[in-house]
Formats: sequence, structure tokens, C-alpha cells
Amino acid sequence: MRVVLNSTFVSYFRACPNHEPPTNNQKPITIPAMQIRRRDFLKTGSIATASLLLPRFLKAFETPGALPNNGKTLVVLQLSGGNDGLNTVVPVRNDIYYRERPRIGIKREEALSLTSEAGLNPALGAFKNLYDDGDLAILNSVGYPNPDRSHFRSMDIWHSASPADQYWQSGWLGRYLDAQCAGATPAAGSCSSAALEIDDTLSLVLKGEQVKGLAMQDIQKLYNSARSPFFTAYSQAHMASPDADAPAEYLYKTMAETLSSADYLYSQVKKKPAGGSFPATGLGKRMKTIASLILSDTTTPVYYVSLGSFDTHINQEGQQKRLFTELNDALAAFAKELKANGKWNEVLVVTFSEFGRRVSQNASGGTDHGTANQMFFMGGALKQKGLLNPMPDLTDLDEGDLKYKVDFRQVYATLLDRWLGASSEGILGAPFKGLEFI
Amino acid sequence: MNKLQHLFWRTGFGPRTKSWEKWAALPESSWWPKLRDESLADPPVYFDVADSALKGLLMGVGEIGRMEQKDLDKADKKEIREKSRENLRSLNLHWLEEMTHTKAQLREKMALFWHGHFASRNVNILYQQQMLHVIRQHALGNFGDLLKAVSRSAAMLAFLNNQQNKKKHPNENFAREVMELFTLGRGHYTETDIKEAARAFTGWGFRLNGDFVFRRFDHDEGSKTILGRTGNYDGDDVLDMLLEKQETARFIARKLYKFMVNDTAVPEERINWLGERFYSSGYSIMRLLEDIVRSDWFYAPENTGNKIKSPVELWVGIRRALPLEPDNPEMQLLLQKALGQVLFFPPSVAGWPGGKNWIDSSSLMLRLRIPQLLYLQSDLDLDTKDDDDQQMGQAPNAGGRKGFSAAIDWAPVSGMFGKIPEKDLIPKLSTYLWTAPANKTALETVHQYADRSSRDTFLKTAMIQLMATPEYQLC
Repeated sequence: MRVVLNSTFVSYFRACPNHEPPTNNQKPITIPAMQIRRRDFLKTGSIATASLLLPRFLKAFETPGALPNNGKTLVVLQLSGGNDGLNTVVPVRNDIYYRERPRIGIKREEALSLTSEAGLNPALGAFKNLYDDGDLAILNSVGYPNPDRSHFRSMDIWHSASPADQYWQSGWLGRYLDAQCAGATPAAGSCSSAALEIDDTLSLVLKGEQVKGLAMQDIQKLYNSARSPFFTAYSQAHMASPDADAPAEYLYKTMAETLSSADYLYSQVKKKPAGGSFPATGLGKRMKTIASLILSDTTTPVYYVSLGSFDTHINQEGQQKRLFTELNDALAAFAKELKANGKWNEVLVVTFSEFGRRVSQNASGGTDHGTANQMFFMGGALKQKGLLNPMPDLTDLDEGDLKYKVDFRQVYATLLDRWLGASSEGILGAPFKGLEFI
Repeated sequence: MNKLQHLFWRTGFGPRTKSWEKWAALPESSWWPKLRDESLADPPVYFDVADSALKGLLMGVGEIGRMEQKDLDKADKKEIREKSRENLRSLNLHWLEEMTHTKAQLREKMALFWHGHFASRNVNILYQQQMLHVIRQHALGNFGDLLKAVSRSAAMLAFLNNQQNKKKHPNENFAREVMELFTLGRGHYTETDIKEAARAFTGWGFRLNGDFVFRRFDHDEGSKTILGRTGNYDGDDVLDMLLEKQETARFIARKLYKFMVNDTAVPEERINWLGERFYSSGYSIMRLLEDIVRSDWFYAPENTGNKIKSPVELWVGIRRALPLEPDNPEMQLLLQKALGQVLFFPPSVAGWPGGKNWIDSSSLMLRLRIPQLLYLQSDLDLDTKDDDDQQMGQAPNAGGRKGFSAAIDWAPVSGMFGKIPEKDLIPKLSTYLWTAPANKTALETVHQYADRSSRDTFLKTAMIQLMATPEYQLC
């Protein structure tokens, strides 16, 4: 029998110890999650709010996610699979581009014109509007030395911000959490909801040495999975041991924080759910969740979301177009909603991909793994707009691949120092020269 | 403290309810010899899951002359990729079954250790199954033999780019990881040692069928200076030189200590003692294991109930405690992915970082919910991220709900706990399921939330709830 999981715990694993036990019926009662309303949550009695039920040792944290916050929000949008940058920002006057891509090259008259040299992929109309409004910046040829062409490894490098020949087991935004939360007494873990990944599993990028971000597909789902009365009661019954570093304490702390974060986010987002016309796509829903949290003044400075797969070895045009349409429409709605609510100047959206693709098309109407790629920056507070640096130099390739001109860690340093108000050197393990666009 | 549970968790995948009473009746002195001997009784069975068409392609049946990857055409490569992906899933499930059911618990546990130590990602199923067999064969044998066999495996040579390591264009990847991750550890070699050792490994490669091949014409015959010695060394010489270093024995002893005893507090004098004895035994893995397990500190309170189970340990442990067969075995792959440990897909050549790294909000909540999901025959409603290296952008993650139902065999549980008076049941269950100390209020909470409508449901829900706790994540 298939039952809806989330609601059954309440009905089966008894909502309240004083309730009558369920009948001998082995099969749990099914309540479709959709039908559960706020009222029903409250009715399930002992639930109250998870924050009231925080274990004693965590009582000190009034608001989960309370982090020294300068009011700015960073949204990182990961284009998974290696987006083809040359068909994203098209070098419309470059003969080498058209020579190497006779089949898949985007014609100059079809590209959305940015400058005399550059045009946008026709599916990115909203990007063009943002560009015209001065809310978009493009940084070309971002990469790192000795590029790796494995998706997994290269993404790891982008997530951890390690040199290509080292394996780091924490992510750059996770270490940002470490640094920010280090001063927060009494325990660092209190700010896990300071970085939210809108997904079911947490990426390396949001895992710090001490503190980890929180992954959730949507708030309702997080709330549903965390609101089991058993978990709440069990977590509350825990007596902290003096050894705060013990693995058991770490587990209890993570459990308590998850329960209270779920409750905090759930109650917070009710304050001002994003309206607007977000598309009913995967990314559309995720961007709507982010917009709702920003609009309801959640204290979360970092959001992380992914879209893919851009791994276009075969028939690139259709696949890239489909993904770009999803990307374009979701971001259009996001920007519109934030502008309408006066939040656009406090938000910066950044896109990246683990690598770009080869300059030459392959024999299957696609492209193979490459190296350097562009990054987009979107928001109302850009200091430099439009194309921040020259288009990629197609005359100077490394075995058919673009050479990077800007190290991605310079971008990270810029975001950390100038946007999030952190100190990048400790987080990145070395000083990187910042950029001027924010 | 439950010594037998501790021993079973650290040298295997936890207690097996079906045979527990037999074990518990044995005198303590016979536990370890019995465990050890059960793992040595029979050599491991080779898991041959590779598709026969794929083997035909790779083994070159009737296609003599096709010995190199470059001889394959595009369609062949595609077929290899697709079949391999499918077969790798069955290899994964095969191994999980073995971990769950085999009496050779120690061997499979050590194979999992070596799988993380000699971590390689490789989509070629033939190379992966060969590598797994190498590791399982040598899991309890001699570390030198294991190191040499792994170093000649197609899986590792391919993963660390040694096919591209040639006289005129040395590739240092293999030489670097052999020193940094497999033997000496950082700080015991120089960059020059790596450069020179890479020259010694030039020409080490493999054929399409996975056989090791030494390509004489790619090998650098010149003189090399490695770790202070000069000569015309080849790869075998380098491996021997690495084994001659005491640091290698200490490095492995430390890593195994963290795996079996304590991953946070590692007393150096203990590592020195283990390392010296491991070294003087000529790298006998069993000797090292005996030294660990027979030491009184192995059962010391600071070393029990303090390790966070890896996702594979957790899941296999659940299957042994709560005998169950998943209706859809593939759901175990999804589970590995959602919890952050997919066999054959370590995050890097450095293996899985382990410890607290296993735990974040989402992975912990899922771990806590697994026993309840199983009991409720529920769906697992989550998406995992795509793996572009495997999917090549083609098969998007379907997402949505995945059947999580399984046939649970409650009879052994009832047999073991059915006669225990209700008031003693939860404490008794907790000492069986947890190695961490049980807190009184925690047990009271379990009692409150267990379903007391009948003796049977009480036992079942109490057991499920005890497994849905932070304590159960520890061993």
C-alpha cells in the first residue's frame, strides 16, 4: 500500500501521548498532505511550535538563523552539466566562432544584441531586459589553472574553491558560515538556516568544517518531515552532555536545529508569501520559495539553487533552449517580484557552471567538455554593468579550449568581501584580488 | 556496555537478529577467533555482473587486435558506457547483499575500508568489478600485495591518468596519490620525489580487457632520485621503497584506527605501537586487526558508541537487525545517493571524509525517518542530484516518489524479544540496538510514543522508534 508519508506519522506515531492509540488496523490512516491546513497542524496538539520545544541547551537561540546580517542576499544559481557559454553570450562578429560551429552557431541576426560584438541566446529575453535596465553584468572567461574536464571533479573544485590538485572537504559558502557563526555564542551550529539550498540534498558548497547549510525542496515538505511529535519530544528530552564535541551532541544539535529551522521558516514564510506569476517549472517553484523567504524578511543571506543538465553532447540546441526558457522565465518572475517589493537592490543573483564547452561543435550537433566560461550577475545594486571584460579570445586556445582570464576565486572573494561583508582570505585560504562590479 | 555489539559493529555491519542468540551464548574469548575464522574460511566469490556483450567488446572475443581504448568506435564506447552504468548498479546491489548476509563480516567490512582508501571512480564495469575483487581478495591479507595489485589495476591506472604517463610527457597524478593517499601521507616526500616517481611509473598501463601492460617504449629508462636513493627504478621499485618506509605502516595504522576505534581522538603512542608491529609483521593486515581488537582500549568507554555510522553501515545494519528484503532493490541506490555514500562513486581519490561529514539537516532527518518509512511501507519522496559524468545530460532524474516498501521478517525479532516483560522491553531492545549509553528520559519518550494497542505492535513500534534516534546513528 502506498501512503503519503508526511502526514502518517502524525496519525500513526501518535500525535500526543494522551491520545487514544490507533485501532489495530496495521494500515495507517492516509491524509493527503495537500489537505492539511494550518489549523490541522495546530490541532495535532502537542506540536505547538518547535522553537518552544527546543531542548534546554539550545534555548539560547531565540531565532534560528540569527546571523550578523548586513541585509544583503546572495542567490547562487548553478547551471549543472557544463553550460555552453559560447552559445549563451554569442561572439556575433567572430569568424572563428562561425567557422567552428557551422551547424550549431547562433546567427548574428537571431542573437539578442548587447554590444557590437556580443549577443545573447534568443531564449534569454529577460536577461536582455535586465541588461537594458542596467541590472545585469557579464564576466567572461572565468576559470582556474589546470582545468579538470570531469563534471564531478570540476564541480568539486568550484564548490570547495580548492586548487585543482587538492581535495578539500568543505565548501566555500560552508566556510563562510563557519566564519560568520564562529562569533555566535554559545554554539556555532545555530545558523544553519543562514544558507539554504533549495533541494532535497545538501551540496558540498554549503558544508563548512563546523557549520552546514540546510537543504529543503520546499518549506512545506521540510516542515512535514520534521514535525513528527516523536522527534520533537525526543529532541526535547535530551540532556546535553558537557562534551559539546561528542558525535552524539552533534547529532542532537543538528536534529534540534532542523526542527526549529523548519518551524521558523514555516511560520516566517506565511507572513508574506510571494505572489507574482512564477512559472510552474522546477526552477520557477524554487525561485518562488526564495522570493517568499526574502520578502518575509527571513534572516538568510545565502540561497543556492541548481538547474540542469546542460551537458549537451547531442542535439544541443533543443536542450539548451528548453533549459534557458526555464531559467529565463523563472528569473524574470523573480526580478519582477523583488522589484515590486523594493528588494531588488538588496539581492544579487550569480550564475556559474562547472566548465564551458569546446569551441568546435562535435559530430552530434552538440559540444564536448571545455574549460573557462562566463558568469552572470543580476541585481539592482551593480556598480559596473554590461560586459565587464572582453569576449573570449578564440585565436588563443589551449588544445581547442578557452583560456581562463579571471580566476573564479576572485569572484568568490568579491562576493564575500563586498557583498556578504565577510573576510575572504580566511575562507578561501589565500588572498584573491577582488573585482569592482559590486 | 555491550561488548559483543561493539565488536560486531566495528568488525562488521552490526548484530544479525537471526543468529544473535547463538553468538550471545558463546564465551567472550571465542568471539574474535570465530569472527576472524568465518572471514578466512572461504575465498571471496568473484562478482561477475558485466554484460556478456560488453565483455565481448572489451575482451576482444573474435576481434583480435582491438587492444586499446582508441581502437573502439563511438558506438562501442556508447554501448560500454550504457551497459556499464546498468551493470555498476547491480555490482553495487550485489555487494550490499554480501555485506548483509555473509558470515565473512570482517572481510567485507575491511573491503569497504579499502574501497574508501583506494578510492577510484570509473564508469567501466569490468575494471570496477576487477578492482573490487582485488580488494576483497586481499582485504585481510598483506598490505604490500594489496598495494601492488591495486597499482596494476585498470580502474586505478585509468582513474589516475597513468595511461597518459609517458616518457616524453610524464603525468604525475598516479605517483602523487600513491604517496599522498595510499602510503606515506603528506609531509613525508617532496615534489621532486613525485616528479621522479612519476618517471618510474611511465609505461604502466592496461589493455582494453583490464589486463596490466608494461609499455617498454613509453618507459623512462633514465636514472631517478626518489626518497634519497638513485637508480634506474621502475614502478615496482617505487612501491617497494614506499613499503620500506615505516611512515607507510603508521599511516595505514592511523587510518584503520580511525575507522575501527575512534575517528577523533587518536593517541600517537598507540599509532606508533600499532605501526611498528604492522611494519615488523611485513604488513600483515590480520596482525594489525588482531592488535587492535585484542587491546583493552578497544572496548574502553571513550571508544564505544562514538562513531557515526556511514550510510552503507547504517543501511546494512538495519537490514541485519530488522531482517527485510526491499520490494524494489534499486531503492537502495537512491538511499545511498540521498545519504551521501554511493558505492563505486567516492567523492574523490581521497575517499569519503566520514565522521560528522555524513551529517547535515537533510541527511540526518532522512536517517531518522528510514525505519519509520520501512514500517509504514511508505514512499521516499525526494530528488537526488543528477550525475552528469554518468548520465551525459541524457537521462534526467525522474524525481518524485520512490517505493520504499520492503518485506520485514518480524519472526526473529519476536523470537528474541517476545517473552520479555513489557516494562523491560524497551531497555532490553535499546541495549541490543544501541552501543551508545541509554538515557532514561529518552527511553521513556520511546515508550510514550510506541503503540501499546497490542503486545505485537508495542514490540514493533518500540523497535522502530529506537532506530529512529540519534543514538542509532552511532556505533
